[in-house]
Amino acid sequence: MSAQDTIKSEITSNDVVLFMKGTHEFPMCGFSGQVVQILDYVGVKFKGINVLDDADLRQGIKDYANWPTIPQLYVKGEFIGGCDIVREMFQSGELVTHLNEHGIAAAMPAKA
Amino acid sequence: MTMRERIEAKLTAAFSPSFLAVTDDSHHHAGHGGSREGGETHFSVNIASPAFAGKSRVDMHRAINAVLADEFAERVHALAISARAG
Repeated sequence: MSAQDTIKSEITSNDVVLFMKGTHEFPMCGFSGQVVQILDYVGVKFKGINVLDDADLRQGIKDYANWPTIPQLYVKGEFIGGCDIVREMFQSGELVTHLNEHGIAAAMPAKA
Repeated sequence: MTMRERIEAKLTAAFSPSFLAVTDDSHHHAGHGGSREGGETHFSVNIASPAFAGKSRVDMHRAINAVLADEFAERVHALAISARAG
């Protein structure tokens, strides 16, 4: 399967997919790590795909989204953005709203 | 011309921004993946431009990244972007 087919299949068969450097447990890049922290914070389940494992995928995902950097977040097959956009959407509350509107469980934790 | 000045010049030419600040954050990333001898790999851009009116966040970032395609190809590894219309 080509990298483009792999990407299409991953983002259509999983609700929330993060193409990242490293893994959910061990992000290998500060920007990927920030997005993992945000997704964990709002309690959304996601599939992390480590592009460092596959050179074709690492280039392929940049071509797929016409986006030169990693991480890249996809929700229901739609490209949401990279680290800066995810952080802006998280801070404004749009991220949780967007996920909920797509039927995906996520919430800002209640303030202690 | 430093890479920071080059990025500033290209963004100024492309978007006539009402606000633009480009910072070289490379020293924060020394020794990390993507860093290089001599730095100039990691930058932050804070930009406001009337050219971004009506554009989504993804479209604003794509427009900026496209203007800096040569710089990415050459040595820029990461570009943190904060962009808005105005």
